[in-house]
Amino acid sequence: MNSLALKEEKLETNKKQRSNPILASTLIIVGIIAIILFTLVSIVVGAADISLDTVWNTFFHFNPDNTQHQVIYQMRLPRALVVGVVGAALAVSGAIMQGMTRNPLASPGLMGVSAGASFMLIIAFAFFPESPYHFLIVFSFIGAAIGATLVYGTAALSRGGLTPVGLALAGAVVSALLGSFGGAINILFELSQDLMFWYAGGVAGSKWIHVQLLFPLVIIGLVGALMISRSITILSLGEEVATGLGQKTVWVKAIGSIIVLILTGAAVSTAGAVGFIGLVIPHITRYLIGVDYRWVIPCSAVLGGLLLILADIGARLVNPPFETPVGVLTAIIGVPFFLYLARTDRREV
Amino acid sequence: MQKILTKTKVVGPAPIMMVLVLLIITFFLLSMNLGMIHLSPIELFQTLLGNGTDKQHMILFDFRLPRIVIAVLVGMGLAVSGAIMQGISRNGLADPGILGINAGAGLAAVTVIFFTADNPQNVNAYVLPFAALFGAGAAAALVYAFAWKQGVTAKRLLLVGIAVGAGISAIMSLIMIKMRFYTHMLATIWLSGSLWGTNWTFVLAFLPWIFILLPLAIYKARYLNVLNLGDEIATGLGTHVERQRLLMIAIAVALAGSCVAVGGGIGFLGLLGPHIARKLVSPNHKVLVPTAALAGGLLLLIADTIGKNIMAPYEIPVGIVVSAVGAPYFLYLLIKSKNV
Repeated sequence: MNSLALKEEKLETNKKQRSNPILASTLIIVGIIAIILFTLVSIVVGAADISLDTVWNTFFHFNPDNTQHQVIYQMRLPRALVVGVVGAALAVSGAIMQGMTRNPLASPGLMGVSAGASFMLIIAFAFFPESPYHFLIVFSFIGAAIGATLVYGTAALSRGGLTPVGLALAGAVVSALLGSFGGAINILFELSQDLMFWYAGGVAGSKWIHVQLLFPLVIIGLVGALMISRSITILSLGEEVATGLGQKTVWVKAIGSIIVLILTGAAVSTAGAVGFIGLVIPHITRYLIGVDYRWVIPCSAVLGGLLLILADIGARLVNPPFETPVGVLTAIIGVPFFLYLARTDRREV
Repeated sequence: MQKILTKTKVVGPAPIMMVLVLLIITFFLLSMNLGMIHLSPIELFQTLLGNGTDKQHMILFDFRLPRIVIAVLVGMGLAVSGAIMQGISRNGLADPGILGINAGAGLAAVTVIFFTADNPQNVNAYVLPFAALFGAGAAAALVYAFAWKQGVTAKRLLLVGIAVGAGISAIMSLIMIKMRFYTHMLATIWLSGSLWGTNWTFVLAFLPWIFILLPLAIYKARYLNVLNLGDEIATGLGTHVERQRLLMIAIAVALAGSCVAVGGGIGFLGLLGPHIARKLVSPNHKVLVPTAALAGGLLLLIADTIGKNIMAPYEIPVGIVVSAVGAPYFLYLLIKSKNV
């Protein structure tokens, strides 16, 4: 790329820099309303028919002896909450990764983070069965860190860093490696198919315990992300620019990476490897409201939560009474989008 | 590229190929000895002459020999396929697995396993390889079509390969989730790349493919040299660039497809074989392709022997053993490469 094109790109970026706060706030508000709405839909839809009336009564006149109230309270509600939070966590992870690395393909799924978390969870299933959920979360974190370290370590070791294509390849290969080790353990220990369901994105088993552990972690992650969002915007203009503006890029990257690991680790430990949300949502968000990460991050959270809630509703409607793994539905949106990105050589993050 | 072309090797290609052949024979013999039931060299020799017990005869001729033969042939096919793909794309990272071919074959195989789960005996030898071959071809066509934008570039092919692979594995999980425990295990083992249950029927079904495609690939290897010079020069030298390229791609896909069909989802071998060959002999494809074939055959034979014995009585699918070496090597290549 010659310097003129580079300059033009910078100008272009500067123009888009000025995100429209009104538009962004509207997006957040509309998004939250939609989330509430579809959470209700998500509670109503399912194997057992439940009316909105019953939902209302569950919330305000809870009767422990009523089966439907119990279904809503014990199964549908935690599931809807988990799905929304997982979607938000993955989308924000992707947004931070894309902003920090200026790589349009960066996302937990493609960069080996999810694969690492899944791998460690298989280890946990094989060697420490019956382990409590918070134990699994720790494994998931470690795995996410292993996957990310392998991929970004490869990039760091190569002279001049890796291009988006190189990183995507590194991610694919690390995922393949961890996947085949996971497969070996799966075969040796004859882990059941539950693993597979969880692997493809299983949120069906969500309980309140998941909500209780997931919420604080994701909230910490989101608040952290918002706090460094300004720095990410500057970093997304390029390392030189950021350093020139006096930013300690190492710190921003370190904190950003920790936040990504917290968010992805928490999400994968609960919902399995739901792909493509972290890839697609940040792109859509930037397209809608520009590249100011102070707005990109909250908007990504809202849109990511909304998308996964919709996908989860779809997963129950496609082939009732059976559930389709939610990861398949996100792939339906994600794969064409990925193909589109693969065909465009543009880089704008 | 120029620099590599001018680099001369101390030893000529013929002795190196001889050494590779000797190594293959050595491991061939070793692999016949090793296994759950150990056969001593003398027992082995006697069984080969037809003087062994019935049990020894069965172990050797019905279980070990076909598997060893398949391992060598599949290794050869995958390595040659990788050599062609790397030659055509002029990119050392091209590998049938990365380009979505394994995924396509895998989806077809999983579908067949799912629908014929009640009668697994029928599946293995006849339907499965053909379905997998079809899947491999379809995936390759899909990847090529999506990567086409006034021609294809290596980078776009690799990226589209990852994307198509991701899409295919999503569909695959949809099918696998509906499987019962035993079928699911069967599919998992197949996808991991395993030479389990190979018998002579497999060998016979596979031989025509390999005996037609492998010599054809070696014969056509000279076109890779020309194509490697770039499209303009190749056209100037009187080559029908697009036609030759398409033919070579077809050979590579058919080779990889038939190998994966028999051996399951073995990845990274198409990457390792040619790279080892390139370290040993000159990058002239006429020498490189056969050397890659030998290196690939040797590699898969060693990997299968390791996978069979390292955690006996359990078997590690050979694809996992190969990945354990191949994936780190791929990352190493990525680190070294300048233009990806």
